[in-house]
Amino acid sequence: MSAARIKILAVAAVLAAAALIVPHTNSFIILLATRAFAFSILVMSVDLLLGFTGLASMGQAAYLGIGAYLTAILATRYHIGLGWDFWLVLVLAMLGSALLAALFGLLAMRASGVYFLMITLALGQCVWGLAYRWNSLTGGDNGINLSQRPKFGIDLADEATFFYVVFVLFALSLIVLYTLVHSPFGRSLTGIRERELRMKVLGYNTWLHKYLAFIVAGAFGGLAGVLWAHTAGIVGTDDVVLTTSVDALLMVVLGGAGTLIGGVIGAALVTFVREYLSTLVHWWQYVLGGIYVLVILYLPGGLMSVPQRLREWRTASGAADKGVVMPAPARGAG
Amino acid sequence: MTNKLPEKLASRTALFVCAAAAALVLRPLPAAAQQELRIGVIAPVTGIFAQVGADMTNGFKMYLDQTNSTFAGTKVVPIIEDSQAKPDLAVTKARKLILQDHVQMIIGGVLATEGYALAPVSTELKTVYISSVAAADDLTQRQLGKYPYFIRTGWSSSQPDHPFGQWACDKGYKKVVTIGADYAFGYESVGGFQKTFEDCGGQIIQKIWPPIGTKDFGPYIPTIKADADAVFSLMVGPMALQFPKQLRDSGFTKPILGGTVSYDEAALPFMGDEAVGDVSALQYSAALQTPANAAFVKAFRAKYGKVPSYFSETNYSTAMMIDDVMKQTGGQWPGPEAFLAKLQALHVDTPRGPVSFDDMRNPVQNIYIKKVEKTKLFGYDKPELWNVVIRTYPNVSQFWTYGKDAFLKQPVYSRDFPPCKYCE
Repeated sequence: MSAARIKILAVAAVLAAAALIVPHTNSFIILLATRAFAFSILVMSVDLLLGFTGLASMGQAAYLGIGAYLTAILATRYHIGLGWDFWLVLVLAMLGSALLAALFGLLAMRASGVYFLMITLALGQCVWGLAYRWNSLTGGDNGINLSQRPKFGIDLADEATFFYVVFVLFALSLIVLYTLVHSPFGRSLTGIRERELRMKVLGYNTWLHKYLAFIVAGAFGGLAGVLWAHTAGIVGTDDVVLTTSVDALLMVVLGGAGTLIGGVIGAALVTFVREYLSTLVHWWQYVLGGIYVLVILYLPGGLMSVPQRLREWRTASGAADKGVVMPAPARGAG
Repeated sequence: MTNKLPEKLASRTALFVCAAAAALVLRPLPAAAQQELRIGVIAPVTGIFAQVGADMTNGFKMYLDQTNSTFAGTKVVPIIEDSQAKPDLAVTKARKLILQDHVQMIIGGVLATEGYALAPVSTELKTVYISSVAAADDLTQRQLGKYPYFIRTGWSSSQPDHPFGQWACDKGYKKVVTIGADYAFGYESVGGFQKTFEDCGGQIIQKIWPPIGTKDFGPYIPTIKADADAVFSLMVGPMALQFPKQLRDSGFTKPILGGTVSYDEAALPFMGDEAVGDVSALQYSAALQTPANAAFVKAFRAKYGKVPSYFSETNYSTAMMIDDVMKQTGGQWPGPEAFLAKLQALHVDTPRGPVSFDDMRNPVQNIYIKKVEKTKLFGYDKPELWNVVIRTYPNVSQFWTYGKDAFLKQPVYSRDFPPCKYCE
């Protein structure tokens, strides 16, 4: 069995284990797991941009916001989205955020590197500003409360049921994104990340590739937003503020950019420390900060690179014992 | 390769160990023991409001220490959770407190956003939520019907500003410029002041809204209209420290009327002499010369090294009110509905004065107009800045003198309401 196959099976096994164990724990763990999986969809979309296309975007929370606010406004004002039309709202949210990404992408794709970061930051903050000021629509800084979760044959108010729905949507997103990054389109993105000039010389329309990746990321951000709105039951300006975008970015770096599942690990770890550890000790922020610093200093490939680092370390020390010089192992394709 | 088999085994073992550890750690918690009053306290322990959170929890804990954590024979177990003043974290912690820790009630929440986030949780999970700080007007006004398990023991944002507007008008101020933090709490505070000030004949000639967290008021101060008799400011947190200093440094000599939290004891000890003479209005002042408050201030300062702010007093008196209800029921938890009814029926003498509740579950209490003076109080030997009370308005409700129905007909105070009719 190839290494890739083993990895897929391992990931599937761990996710299946999580899906089976979590609903039998207590309410708080179910809530945290639901939050982590819902946010992971956004984090994976950020990884698509950062890890596979090489675009560091600091404004992805804007798409989470579109999805979340759309859900909340439709549910509270027009009573849409609380029955079978939940799926309609899901599609609308993904289309809405894809549209916004298409608009913002036209502006952002003119820049690269640090300038791209700054433009996406500014555009994200535009959405925040709108959410803050357009009081009549968004409730301003008071936000919008969703009074109930959807019911369509199953009642999402039940925490275990809702967890399964979020988990299934998360798994589907993972499968779709995985297929995307391993498709020829995805391979081109990786090529652009490595050497855009070379890709251009080879005849690829790199601008279009990046633009499409940006739109796909926006769409998945919208999906995350719908689930995020129903998980917390409230939508507010905190969901679109800069620190939420930075959170997603940090989770990708923590878990390992360019691995998709790395972002999920990052999200799980941060959620655990921020929301579970904080109930046990009050110095949890030092733990989180320490983890960030150590990973950035010693594990630039994130937590997902740990097995490979161990292998390298073992091979290097084994070879040193035998007095043989080993060539440096090639960087894996994620 | 020769290493493959042990590697596979190692990774599989690791997987098993992790799963087993997870299963052990994540088992459901045992149900709460009987004859215990479990109270969840949601406050920002970390983050930019950490000092406020500390004030809140210290005030609450001080009452517990004074009563040995026992209300009418029942042991009180407080569980403090960190919300970082973020509404979705507050909701997560509230759910944990109610579903996992089985608390009978949750108290706390600082910002209006937290109040609006926690109130629906109390309705959904049928648990009492006492807001000791979160002051958003509508929670006990137009939106009360949605929250049958919600009661406020603190205040509503515009409650102290109504008498303040009246006082300013009586004092002879005719034209006032308002400058308030650009968010809902700011709008409601300025709105309350503007309503009574203009109804009495005054004019608000300009409204300025610096964003929350502004530290440099350079862009705003020069725009203040010269024909103002006074400035009404609503400053929160670090803004409260910077604004009076910068305004006075710019050569402005006219009076500053500070809304509610602008000169509260959370900020006052860090201010300099430029604040002397500034007037503000709130339901509490640490300088209140009553035996109950003197005892409270001295005990609090001895224990925590600082003069209590209203954040501490409101949580202290909330604990006192819970104790009073438990005394009525002989220490037995009477269920959320009965508890709320008894709490609403209380008349309590707290350090801030007499407190009762109106039929919308908001406190009816004294509002103190206070002036910053450098003086010695309560036997302390150094002159310090205190909010000396110069006028008391007793029995002030959230509706002031308008009557509930008339008041509720108007929309909630916002950036555009009341409209700035006299803006030049």
